[in-house]
Amino acid sequence: MAEYAILLYAPTDDPEEEYGGDAGAEHEQHSKDLQRDGVMIGAFALEPHTMSTSIRGDVITDGPFLETKEVILGLCIIEAPDLDAALKIAGTNPICHQGGGVEVRPVQDWVIPTRDGHVH
Amino acid sequence: MNHGAPNEVERAIIEAHRRDWAVVLAAAAFTTRDLDVAEECVQDAYAAAVVAWARDGVPNNPGAWLTTTAKRRAVDVIRREVSFRSKMPLLVEPEENAGDEDVRGELINTESEDIVTDERLRLIFMCCHPALSREAQMALTLRLVCGMSTEDIARLFLVSETTMAARITRAKQKIATARIPLRVPVDVEMPERLRAVLGVIYLLFTMGHTATSGSSLMRPELVDEALHLAGVLQELMPDEREVRGLLALMLVTDARRATRLGVDGSSLRLDEQDRSQWDTVAIAQADELVQAGLRAGRPGRYILQAAIALVHAKSPSFDETDWTEIVCLYDVLLVAWPSPIVSLNRAVAVSMVEGPAVALALVEELEADPRLADYHYLPAFKADLLRKLGRVEESLNESKRAIGLTRNEAEREFLGAQMREDVAPEV
Repeated sequence: MAEYAILLYAPTDDPEEEYGGDAGAEHEQHSKDLQRDGVMIGAFALEPHTMSTSIRGDVITDGPFLETKEVILGLCIIEAPDLDAALKIAGTNPICHQGGGVEVRPVQDWVIPTRDGHVH
Repeated sequence: MNHGAPNEVERAIIEAHRRDWAVVLAAAAFTTRDLDVAEECVQDAYAAAVVAWARDGVPNNPGAWLTTTAKRRAVDVIRREVSFRSKMPLLVEPEENAGDEDVRGELINTESEDIVTDERLRLIFMCCHPALSREAQMALTLRLVCGMSTEDIARLFLVSETTMAARITRAKQKIATARIPLRVPVDVEMPERLRAVLGVIYLLFTMGHTATSGSSLMRPELVDEALHLAGVLQELMPDEREVRGLLALMLVTDARRATRLGVDGSSLRLDEQDRSQWDTVAIAQADELVQAGLRAGRPGRYILQAAIALVHAKSPSFDETDWTEIVCLYDVLLVAWPSPIVSLNRAVAVSMVEGPAVALALVEELEADPRLADYHYLPAFKADLLRKLGRVEESLNESKRAIGLTRNEAEREFLGAQMREDVAPEV
């Protein structure tokens, strides 16, 4: 098995629309589905992109790193045997029919530190 | 078995390279689960064949001999690795996941081995996986399925060998890292994946075929490889009608190969070509494929394109071309494949039936389509229509525009093929 990050992109950079309407409920359901299927390792929904701060080199600026119309909404880490399987799961993400899309990227390495400060 | 005569051995090796390379490589890749190692094993096997066949004679089944040899080498490599790994704990701290079959970089086989699938199919679908760029798909297919050297591929794509080597390495890395599987797609994925494979084959063909700007850009090898690949695919997937359609389209197009250039190397228009030189055997073969394809029901784009090309190929002279039939076929094609390039080609046929004024109106409508903005055939055709209507000045302007869009060569020509591909996935 391998891990893949599914990066969710919103079709808009208007923070009001980033999580518009019933979209949120669909994502919650989708998250439950992936957990039930045992493929999800973790998922993170992010605050609107207007809350971002970027550091390029040593320059700190307000806003997301890439100046594009689309902004990243969150990410989900899944486990799948190969890219075809990962693409199949990623394709069921509600954002795909909410006008946005996803980027699937293999995870090279990851760590979740314990809260007691023990280093693995 | 007699000792192999030098010529006989050489011929057998060349033949085995062409016919069996992909099978041998896929078999080795299945064993090693690593493309680079598999390629080395296959090269070793062919090198061993040169010596062994000269000594012992050419075996009855050269492909089986090569596969066995390559697989044996692959097993040796694995044994060495396993033995190295088993000694690892003595040398370094054991990794937490040591012994886990989940080693990064391996090839993924998700298909159980008892399903009989031709090894070549797996390899073709892996090389043409939509997660790879079109450039990478073409290069990998030539490298891995056709066994062409990186040097030759670089020459055909008009880039340096270093650039091509980097492109191929990057693609292999993505296959390993993102775990693109070595398997034939399942039913639901098949239409999209097959389209990608057919697109790659047809793009290789058009790259070899559209090269009309001078002798240095003639690339018949690409045409031959594309025809070879389509033939293999047709043999492996006899029920796929679009495979049949693609093969027919390429056969009928290539039947005119000998007559497409004039004595000075410039390209000749359809009405200037010597029809007596057309390859009637290839045309008849294409005709048979198309008729079978049309009988089977709702035809796809390749069958229809082939059918259109066949109307030309079977017409005794340019003046006797059945343009009404061609317009009808374009109408059906537009339903199967709505594309501005198809509309433009349809306008050409319309001009032959209804005259330049009607066609000009269609072309002016198409000019608004941004996907045709850089497509030099549009101003070239428009110039032709304006000339026929006596609007000389406007005609010249359009001609200039067309030339401006085509003056580039080399890599630019590749980009042109790429652009046509982007605009309309299989033209």
